[in-house]
Amino acid sequence: MSSPYIAITDADRAEMLKRIGVESVEELFADVPEALRFPFLELPAPLSEPALMQEIQRMGAANATTRTHRLFLGAGAYHHFVPAAVDHILRRSEFYTAYTPYQPEISQGTLQAIFEYQSLICRLTGMDVANASHYDGGTAVAEAAIMALNVKRTRSRILVARGVHPHYRAVLRTYLQGQNFTVAGDEQPGTTLEETLEQVDETTAAVIVQSPDFLGRLHDLRPVARKVHGAGALLVVHFDPMALGLFQTPGEVGADIATAEGQPLGIGLNFGGPYLGILTCKQDYLRKIAGRIVGATRDLDGNPAYVLTLRAREQDIRRERATSNICTNQGLMALASTVYLSLMGRQGLRRVAELCYHRAHYAADQIRQVPGYQVRDDLPFFKEFVVQCPRPAARINAFLQELGIIGGYDLAQDEPHLENAMLLCVTEMNPREDIDALVDALRKVG
Amino acid sequence: MNTYEPPIFELSSPGKCGVALPEVDVPASELPASLLRQDDLDGMPELSEPEVVRHFTRISQRNFCIDTGMYPLGSCTMKYNPKLNEETARLPAFAAVHPLQDPSLAQGILRLMAELQRDLAEISGFDAVSLQPAAGAQGELTGALVFRAYHLDRGDPERTEILVPDAAHGTNPATAAMTGFTVIEVKSDARGNVDLDDLKRHLSPRTAGMMLTNPNTLGLFEEEVEDVSRLVHEAGGLMYCDGANFNAILGVVKPAALGFDFMHYNLHKTFSTPHGGGGPGSGAVGCTALLAPFLPGPRVREVTLEPGEDRALDRTETRYELFMPPRSIGRVKVFYGNVGMLVRAWTYLRLLGKAGLRQVAETSVLNANYLRVQLGDLYPPAVDRICMHEVVLKGQLDGVTDIRTLDIAKRLIDYHFHPPTIYFPLIVPEALMIEPTETESRRSLDGFVEAMREIAREARETPDLLHAAPTTTPVRRLDEVGAARQPVLCYQQEQGCF
Repeated sequence: MSSPYIAITDADRAEMLKRIGVESVEELFADVPEALRFPFLELPAPLSEPALMQEIQRMGAANATTRTHRLFLGAGAYHHFVPAAVDHILRRSEFYTAYTPYQPEISQGTLQAIFEYQSLICRLTGMDVANASHYDGGTAVAEAAIMALNVKRTRSRILVARGVHPHYRAVLRTYLQGQNFTVAGDEQPGTTLEETLEQVDETTAAVIVQSPDFLGRLHDLRPVARKVHGAGALLVVHFDPMALGLFQTPGEVGADIATAEGQPLGIGLNFGGPYLGILTCKQDYLRKIAGRIVGATRDLDGNPAYVLTLRAREQDIRRERATSNICTNQGLMALASTVYLSLMGRQGLRRVAELCYHRAHYAADQIRQVPGYQVRDDLPFFKEFVVQCPRPAARINAFLQELGIIGGYDLAQDEPHLENAMLLCVTEMNPREDIDALVDALRKVG
Repeated sequence: MNTYEPPIFELSSPGKCGVALPEVDVPASELPASLLRQDDLDGMPELSEPEVVRHFTRISQRNFCIDTGMYPLGSCTMKYNPKLNEETARLPAFAAVHPLQDPSLAQGILRLMAELQRDLAEISGFDAVSLQPAAGAQGELTGALVFRAYHLDRGDPERTEILVPDAAHGTNPATAAMTGFTVIEVKSDARGNVDLDDLKRHLSPRTAGMMLTNPNTLGLFEEEVEDVSRLVHEAGGLMYCDGANFNAILGVVKPAALGFDFMHYNLHKTFSTPHGGGGPGSGAVGCTALLAPFLPGPRVREVTLEPGEDRALDRTETRYELFMPPRSIGRVKVFYGNVGMLVRAWTYLRLLGKAGLRQVAETSVLNANYLRVQLGDLYPPAVDRICMHEVVLKGQLDGVTDIRTLDIAKRLIDYHFHPPTIYFPLIVPEALMIEPTETESRRSLDGFVEAMREIAREARETPDLLHAAPTTTPVRRLDEVGAARQPVLCYQQEQGCF
């Protein structure tokens, strides 16, 4: 049988070939070197739709999921609640089977959704401008650094706090490698934000900080902004959008550029992607921002409408002089977060932030009482906190796994100076009885 | 057609929330007063669930999409997005898995990724694949960084130039510049191929490599691609294949056999994952063994454990594990890539198998050539020869002076077709780049031909219809200049946005 996705019949083909003036389909490939044409391919045999569904479900059975296990793992990917309505909107063909809205007259749905996304993100963050999204939190950080280097053309150094997620710091270094830029400030495990800030000098284009940081701690960024601006550098703040239901916004503290991993806003864990890169800036840097931007305008008859705008920054217009090479963004994920933010609204965002905060603190208070366990709480935290265990975190996690619990992130690789440390995450998806089960398990493992 | 839907902020009124959330079920802890936000989330919308659903459903209906009609947007491969893909990617066994959970708890998903790496490598003839890049442009960035790492590793730091044909996608020069290379443009010849003489003039000890799309952006197979590869290699450079047009040669020829060292796959074009209104895409990359050590990671590999090794096994066991290539350029993204897109691509590949893949390429090329001969008498082809999966025509109708390609494109909308890509490639005046894909039926191809021929007639007889088009859409042509001159980029509480 022919592929279910192809509609051309043998009779169609014969007639089309005749019109084209060739004898066979093979003739259409005459430009391909003959010796290399139609090679042997070692590929699995095709599967029918029911067989494929069975096969993939069989493979999937080997994965632990949030349905089969209690999850206390975060570290950059978070188990938050996704309302059913979000996916029902994403499943509308009108959204997911369209492409970049190059023809605005027939793309007003996508354009209005992006415009509302930009507006919601600006309101949530207190920033002036948001682009139409980036690949993920890590690439948003890298683009923010490139943007800062373009704004501060005579400066070549990026300082990044150790508290910025290790993957984001890695992506930043990947993007800037081989050019005459330096990335510094985070080399030593345990480097504090204050220690990084002491390195700010007249060659520093930007300082990148994260709050809550990788270890979950909240920092007061107002004095940080004063110090960074005093040295003539830009402040890039990486934030958790969920924390903004309660805590300081990057706009309030004076960030010049702010970035986030938008995955908590209505996007599932998906084994690490697709996620959503949030990239925002102050009005002053509008023409240096990367990626698509949608603006409001009117049509010939004066009707309200939306359109891609400030296109002169982009690769398809400006080629080697573009602000970035980005073309495709994460459109559908931006739509997910737009629907999510609309459903949650002011009250829902606050409630989720409160649930995360209070449940995480409840968990910390309970764990503190288990003999041998200590909670590091030198700074306030939001939904993640560091627990120092009586033995290596990997061994604790192996024990928890047997009880159907996925424990915290093992910090042995990233922060070896914190002995036997684990980063635990508690969200609105961890009700009190799950937390109590975790604490009981820790008491058993000792 | 008045389908106006106000911005969501205008539908909001205080006191509503569209989600039933849990109550706080633990004792409240004290909040750090000095760190709280000051504005109480002012201006965030407040709506019920039905209001939100109706709003987004209403605006969705102001979109054209593949499921409503033919979308021959050249270079974008707007083929049908199979519904099965959407189901498999949403299975909790793949969608509800944390990327940092112990690999022993993620063997199913790692196996799927290993199989996709293997199959993509086989189709392209490469030795290694990394699934990490999020989109084609990020695949290009990965390639440029790998090229530099390779030359530096050989102790050859002077290779600072990347050659790019004048017909290339904008992402090629933008990528080369973003990674610190100097971009050198190479001309195309009269048959639409890379001009070999011009290429020779630009090759030097400074050449790091060349980025080439094949089939190229004129929709033509590079007739001298083997010579191009040979010349670049002789000069010490590497060959990058922009895989945007891979659909045309699936199962027909392996890019590695043509001399390419590295390529990106657009899983959202060739392998049917949806475009999502502008992403998420997936830009997996493949390369030769020579470049494999530099790939970004983590990648996935299969390891076979024999009885007696490490643990008490009573039989041979296959495990999948994540690893970082030895001289990797590093991560280009958090975690491992757009895994949801990988599940969709895996689904597509397994459903089609070998024969199905070749049928994709053959039918996409058949459909494009059919449009070429059915329209070529009215709309002159940029280059008159057999094309691959897309055909580039010119919107220059004989004897018509006041109609531009833009007018033709806008009029097509009134006939319920998405316009082709227009004014690209830049080297073709008034370009109309038409890519029907293999999933269009004869009936829809004929409908498109009929519309284009009718428009050619209108251009002569009733040109005002074209100048005024589109007229059947929710909005008409827009004031784009005004939008850029005085940008309104977010909704303001007091003045709204219009």
